[in-house]
Amino acid sequence: MVTKMDAKTYDTTVEVTWCAGCGDYAILKALKLALAELGIAPHQVLLVSGIGCGSKLPDYTNANGYMTIHGRPLAVATGAKLANPELHVIVVNGDGDSYGIGCNHFVHTCRRNPDITQIVENNQIYGLTKGQYSPTSDAGFITTTSPDGAIEAAFNPAAIALAAGATFIARAFSGDPKHMAGVIAQGVRHRGYALVDVLQPCVTFNRVNTYAWYRERVYDLAEEEGYDPSDRTAAWHKAQECIPVGVIYQVEGAPVYEDQVRALADGSPVSRLLELARAPALGQYESLKERFV
Amino acid sequence: MSVLIGGDAGQGVESSGAGLCQAFARGGLQVFAMQDYRSRIRGGHNFYQIRLSERATYSHSSPVHLVLALTAETVPLHMDNIVEGGAVIYPERVKVDEEALKERGVQCFAMPLVAIAEEHGSRIMTNTAALAAAASVCGWPLSYLESVIRDNFQVKGAQVVESNLAVAKAAYDQAQERYAAAFSYKLKPLEAPPRMLINGNQAISLGALAGGCRFMSAYPMTPATSIIEWLSALPRELGVVTKHAEDEIAAVCMAIGASYAGARAMTATSGGGFSLMAEALGLAGMTEVPLVVVEAQRGGPSTGLPTRTEQGDLLFVINASQGEFPRVVLAPGTVEECFEAGWRAFNLAERYQCPVIILSDQFLASSLRSLDKGAIDFSTVSIDRGQLLSAEDVERLEDGYRRFAFSDSGISPRAAPGHPKAVQAISSDEHDEYGHITEEITNRQRMMDKRMRKLAAAAEEMRPPKRYGPQEADLTLVCWGSSYGPCREAVDLLKASGGSANLLHFSDLWPFPEDEAARMLKACRHTVAVEQNYTSQMARLIRMCTGLSVDRTVNKYDGRPFSPEDIVAELR
Repeated sequence: MVTKMDAKTYDTTVEVTWCAGCGDYAILKALKLALAELGIAPHQVLLVSGIGCGSKLPDYTNANGYMTIHGRPLAVATGAKLANPELHVIVVNGDGDSYGIGCNHFVHTCRRNPDITQIVENNQIYGLTKGQYSPTSDAGFITTTSPDGAIEAAFNPAAIALAAGATFIARAFSGDPKHMAGVIAQGVRHRGYALVDVLQPCVTFNRVNTYAWYRERVYDLAEEEGYDPSDRTAAWHKAQECIPVGVIYQVEGAPVYEDQVRALADGSPVSRLLELARAPALGQYESLKERFV
Repeated sequence: MSVLIGGDAGQGVESSGAGLCQAFARGGLQVFAMQDYRSRIRGGHNFYQIRLSERATYSHSSPVHLVLALTAETVPLHMDNIVEGGAVIYPERVKVDEEALKERGVQCFAMPLVAIAEEHGSRIMTNTAALAAAASVCGWPLSYLESVIRDNFQVKGAQVVESNLAVAKAAYDQAQERYAAAFSYKLKPLEAPPRMLINGNQAISLGALAGGCRFMSAYPMTPATSIIEWLSALPRELGVVTKHAEDEIAAVCMAIGASYAGARAMTATSGGGFSLMAEALGLAGMTEVPLVVVEAQRGGPSTGLPTRTEQGDLLFVINASQGEFPRVVLAPGTVEECFEAGWRAFNLAERYQCPVIILSDQFLASSLRSLDKGAIDFSTVSIDRGQLLSAEDVERLEDGYRRFAFSDSGISPRAAPGHPKAVQAISSDEHDEYGHITEEITNRQRMMDKRMRKLAAAAEEMRPPKRYGPQEADLTLVCWGSSYGPCREAVDLLKASGGSANLLHFSDLWPFPEDEAARMLKACRHTVAVEQNYTSQMARLIRMCTGLSVDRTVNKYDGRPFSPEDIVAELR
């Protein structure tokens, strides 16, 4: 039985430094709504972020947060989850952080399937460094580092997550925080790794992918008759489309990484260490010496 | 006396060497075994050099008395080190330059090792025959080798054990009949307590385990890999979670995440992996997360000499990552010190809430030494979690937990995330007492001062260099880390030849124990820094921290460890 909470629980008085109209506000709001809906208290969650505008989100949330370094929040989050599986671990980072510098961790987390939810604030641009093209920028996108238009093809997060073995892949649009909150809640409820790729306008540096641009294109997959998110082939086709939002793919019951770690069977490193510090059970190591004789 | 086993990679040089070490150690001899191998799976010359003594030994020694040559190549490569009256045992099919050996007074003990193996067991037991022949000519009772064969082949079934025993017996008897009388270097079993054979990586692993390490993430890199392998092989009941990560950046970040959550966590790598970890090291420094990193050095730069030894990373490790933050660097000199560093590092990391690096190298990481079981004493281990708040402590906190509260010591009481009264959002950006991002001037200055005060506090408990040898001497060797063994034995050699020498060995490298080091160095008549690197990094560190210059430097950077004889030769 889940006791819902008030979304205001997660409010802080910290000054928010995002530009007016930034899509990050909606993501912050949607995350709070989702946590409230799920009844997860501030101390039960750990938000792990990287570096970039969106990665400041934990600073603006009354919850445990760890703002790490560029590209590495998934690795930090994985360590925290393995040390204390009781924490709800949610990663929040941008498209550059996740799909650029942190792509190796992204791909391996997809196939690893820890019970971690990742929200990617995908605005197709590097905002905090003031407007360079990102892995998800479309070909031809003109920025200070792509003055002739981006030459590379855009990174397709949903398709790559699917190929890499992710068990939950969803997309949301920051123009619709309520819908996004529902998708995030589904991701957190999902046992295993969940990707929520959020299409998010950067009102200052991205003049192409605006709210209006997205509104013309997004449609909710839940309203599409007959769409079955457990169909991997159908999901592959949806991942190429412009632009369905909602749950693109979900397979339930896939083995979760930490459930299979034998050393976690009798307790987590955090819980066991507390016992150990109280009464060091050093005698149990004595027999290990026989291995060396 | 030293025995050397040489052969191609893939021929079982390492397992044979380890088996022979066990056979000698079980008979009460002290053993030091140095491994020399190449960065390939098959082919290429590898060797295993075993030094045997009645007394504890700390290093290999250059002169070799008996060589087991599994390949022809072994002989010319090691000929210069074989003593007069020494011998080479080799399979009859291997063509060795007998003339050259005889000219040097080295005996040639050809043995039909393959034929013996095939007759009494199978061809793959050729190495068993070779080990038995070696034991035989030294007069070492076969029973010790037999006990090792029983233990090591037990998992392969009784048939394999019996065949190996038969092969060993046949080779032992034949070698005794043909060669034992001609070989004058003999070994006798001694009454001694059972001893362990343990290397630096294993000792660090044991120490870390006893110190409460329950999370380890790493990416395989020679010569550090065996640490995660060893911890991964532990019984599940001990609850050590290990994670082979996708790269070293993930490895260190996972350890940081686990530690932040409240576990004792570490990672291990070599210089190349440590280079990748540099940025995250600063994350641990800035967010005051305890972290233990083992850096087992190998020959650099870049891929360098992947399976060989060097002390080229000292100044790098002390300075790695941008900006300034407290860290501790320990460089154990022996396996006993590796064990201690394994648990002490966690106490230091939690006490000062900062990264602690254990700096070892290939020589220390993979050389086996015999050790009385009592030398690894779990009752000496303590677990001091520093200012980590218990659930009861957290319960008493006022609202609004300040993770980075200003304090005189610079240390702020730490609570793991998970308690309603310890909700915290912390940042690698400069932050205020709560962890929130701020660039405000006064806060920045106070926060830097707070963090750096921890370094001054840690300096108080750094140990001064350890002296070996007489209080006063004409010559003082100055070294650090794994060079302790060869330098200690060099001091003994110098003394035996009528010289006056002692040794100052640094194991706590950062924060540098400046005052004590300066006092001890000033009292020396003539100092020689002996380092396994090109640029005398310890000598430079001493000058930087004390203003004192060593009188002379001895350097080796060919990837092979100093032997005591190498050091003495350099000093002449």
